[in-house]
Amino acid sequence: MTVSLLVILAFIVFSAVVGVVGRGRGEMNLERWSVGGRRFGVLLVWLLMAGEIYTTFTFLGASGWAYSRGAPSFYILVYGTLGYTISFFLLPPIWRLAKRRGLHTQPDFFLARYDSPALAGVVALVGVVSIVPYLQLQLAGLGMIVEIASGGAFGSTSAILVAFALTCVFVYTSGLKGVAWVAVVKDVTMILAVVVIGFGLPAMYFGGIGRMMDALARAHPAHLVFPGSTTTMGVGWVVSTILLTGLGFYCWPHMFASAFAAKDARTIRRNAVIMPLYQLPILLILFVGFTALLAIPGLKNPDTALLALVTRSYPAWFAGFVGGAGAVTAMVPASMLLLVAATLAAKNIYRPLVRRDVGNAELMRASRVAMVVIALAALVLALWSPKELVNLLIFGYDGVAQFFPGIALGVFAPRVRARQIMAGLVTGEVVVVSLIWTGHDPYLGMNAGFVGLAVNALVTAAAVALMPAGPEPAGIRERFS
Amino acid sequence: MRTRLAFAVAVIPVLVLIAGLPFVNRPDPVVLGLPFLLLWIVGWVAVTPLFLGAAYLLAGGGDEPSPEGDRR
Repeated sequence: MTVSLLVILAFIVFSAVVGVVGRGRGEMNLERWSVGGRRFGVLLVWLLMAGEIYTTFTFLGASGWAYSRGAPSFYILVYGTLGYTISFFLLPPIWRLAKRRGLHTQPDFFLARYDSPALAGVVALVGVVSIVPYLQLQLAGLGMIVEIASGGAFGSTSAILVAFALTCVFVYTSGLKGVAWVAVVKDVTMILAVVVIGFGLPAMYFGGIGRMMDALARAHPAHLVFPGSTTTMGVGWVVSTILLTGLGFYCWPHMFASAFAAKDARTIRRNAVIMPLYQLPILLILFVGFTALLAIPGLKNPDTALLALVTRSYPAWFAGFVGGAGAVTAMVPASMLLLVAATLAAKNIYRPLVRRDVGNAELMRASRVAMVVIALAALVLALWSPKELVNLLIFGYDGVAQFFPGIALGVFAPRVRARQIMAGLVTGEVVVVSLIWTGHDPYLGMNAGFVGLAVNALVTAAAVALMPAGPEPAGIRERFS
Repeated sequence: MRTRLAFAVAVIPVLVLIAGLPFVNRPDPVVLGLPFLLLWIVGWVAVTPLFLGAAYLLAGGGDEPSPEGDRR
């Protein structure tokens, strides 16, 4: 018990040290803090973006869904592929605009493209409101991972407090560069852990993955096809969820901003080419979920399936290793979310509100203050209202995915104006919130966020058709070249 | 136009993957231990980099003007 705890703590502290040291030399300014000075090559951009697909959700949610629902969990393998394919075409022009205008955040993009502070303000608000539950999700997951992997020696609350305090320290000091270096630690250890348990656990209990799948087909045949063991997650739900999460993938403010860190557009495209391969290890996590279902059925909380199986199958030090990797897996996206939400709050909410000239040095200070405030808000939420993991993520996704028409039309349809995008965006958000609040997710067999996005797209199209087009804004195409 | 062709090549795997889901929602045949539905998904994800790589060769790194921009 203490062995695993020591390993986990060593992991957390080591990562934080790497994050602080990763800062590099020289004075810290907003450009370095929020976008790493726009100097990241293929490797660092890859680590950043990978840092965001392998979150605690991947560790716990994917195995938990495989355990409790079966086939609907397969969507997790697909949506990134859609997201990367879109990014191949969408991100290079966005990167060029960002470079040219010195953009730091997603609302900066909306302001630079649509010249509308109101639209940028709405995007900033929705962004922060969507990030906080996502951040809370990472923290709740971190607490759960450490508590189970340490065999209860380290409670969830203390784990969250320690790991998150250290995360705040390295985000505060180092900004994006620190995040990228911690992502190195995370990716190496997490992939190692996933490969070992993904092949190891099915072999340990069934003599291999093929035999484990045979056993699953006999014991739970419904788990192999949609809708799995659910009644609502049929093909319609899966397809609509893939479309929503795939289109929404780079609509997340932190994913969007991570593209700004690239040193050129080529780097972004090369990433898009290789990233889909990096999703395949998720398959191993699904296998672990299936193995857990056969070996330890009847768990009260399916999100604990992976860790419960690991702690009973491996020696304490290895459980500590998996727990440590899991904890760092939470710290990396948490740090990225925190960084982006803070920059966004300072630059796109605080600065327009004070209505005076705010220099970059003051903006930097404001970002750090915002970081502490947002961290505390997420902490309060994580400690007082833990919920089932995946639902929270989907809620955040529904909100940010509504940005998609504004981003895609912003890049590829120069005539489209702010008010047309605003009409669709606001309608989409209202539809999503109403459906979720009234318990209508899924709605007509489809993901509620997708329904919102469809309405959003229709309203935007209608607005484009009905509102007078007017002349194309001057120089709009040059902004992207 | 090369960008158009690159786009067409790039979207093939993800489009076929998703559009095919209603028709492959079955467990048989089992190949390499994977039920057919899972094999369909994993197979298309695994070959996506080949298609995106081909699109990269066709369209270049994106440091050229955007698809809309170069129509000017």
